[in-house]
Amino acid sequence: MEENLLLENFQKKVDAEIKVEPKDWMPEKYRKTLIRQISQHAHSEVVGMLPEANWLTRAPSLRRKMILLAKIQDEAGHGLYLYSSAETLGADRQDLIEELLDGKAKYSSIFNYPTLTWADIGSVGWLVDGAAIMNQVMLTRTSYGPYARAMVRICKEESFHQRQGFEIVATLANGTAEQKEMAQDSLNRWWWPSLMMFGPTDDLSPNSALSMKWKIKRKSNDELRQDFIDRTVQQAEAIGLTVPDKDLKWNEERGHYDFGEINWDEFFEVIKGNGPCNQERLTARQEAYKKGSWVREAAKVHAAKKAVSKAA
Amino acid sequence: MSQNEKTNWPLWEVFIQSKPGLSHKHVGNVHATDAQSAIENARDVYTRRSEGTSIWVIPANAISASSPDDEGEFFEPANDKVYRHPTFYKIPKGVKYL
Repeated sequence: MEENLLLENFQKKVDAEIKVEPKDWMPEKYRKTLIRQISQHAHSEVVGMLPEANWLTRAPSLRRKMILLAKIQDEAGHGLYLYSSAETLGADRQDLIEELLDGKAKYSSIFNYPTLTWADIGSVGWLVDGAAIMNQVMLTRTSYGPYARAMVRICKEESFHQRQGFEIVATLANGTAEQKEMAQDSLNRWWWPSLMMFGPTDDLSPNSALSMKWKIKRKSNDELRQDFIDRTVQQAEAIGLTVPDKDLKWNEERGHYDFGEINWDEFFEVIKGNGPCNQERLTARQEAYKKGSWVREAAKVHAAKKAVSKAA
Repeated sequence: MSQNEKTNWPLWEVFIQSKPGLSHKHVGNVHATDAQSAIENARDVYTRRSEGTSIWVIPANAISASSPDDEGEFFEPANDKVYRHPTFYKIPKGVKYL
């Protein structure tokens, strides 16, 4: 069939809300966009374990430690679901992992910020996972079947992450003056980077229009950001914390909160690799990969040995 | 990275039975060196919240699939046989248990 006709049929299918499956014809740009987006998403899950691991041995109680371990294990699982989806598009997992280790691949810039206090583990769950959920809930309806299915699994697991984070922050906020201050300080540092997670404003987001047309995305960066703010402000108020934005104000007419200017220079600096922890995160991933090499080798040798004894 | 690490471990498709009495359902896949480790990886990846009572793993390259290109013709024979569905039949009013 002619390319134009194929493209037309593809768009009709997407418009009719029929999911695109791995063996179906799809425009090359659709495939490439998805591989890029899904692999970045997978890398984010993997790198996202690092700021949390920082507090694993210093969690304040056994309960908190078990929860954090379970959450980190979930993040590893989420990475795997996503790498799987990327593979259905013809990407090679080992290539994707190498791109991450070589520093060529992007991941969510939020993970280049440090977790300085225990309260930050709360903020990561409440705000960072909370922002991620806004995006991921939308993606459960994305047009590419395997990606949508991975998102359904992820969303089911993710809501525990956000709640456990909020519980940590709420507990501190109701604690001693010092604990409350720790919670507020953490909110002050994580609020703006969390808003940046939704990406540049719509007018500066060049790939968005096509992604919306192909229903890879269904809400724009600005819409998702606004939804997140509207939900989260009330949660902060409920535990007596103040969102660090002097321009934040309920706008009766719009039915949304108005909010202050986001520091986009900071965002682009972090993306370029100049955030507080970019180098540290990359080094930690490379180290972990190196240290795990004996496991990978042993598994291969073990499988080969068993195959031989089975054949004998 | 050494060259011999470049190859991926074989891919296994994973099917999980969520409780006795139900069919195994495809949930995703894992890479693993052999069937036993594929089952163990699948347990860790897909059943962390008691989603399963049984796991099947099948080498991905052992699965044959119908082609989406001739999906229309391939499934055509089923489309015009509405009389295969019970709703095709008219039943007089008042008749029960049918």
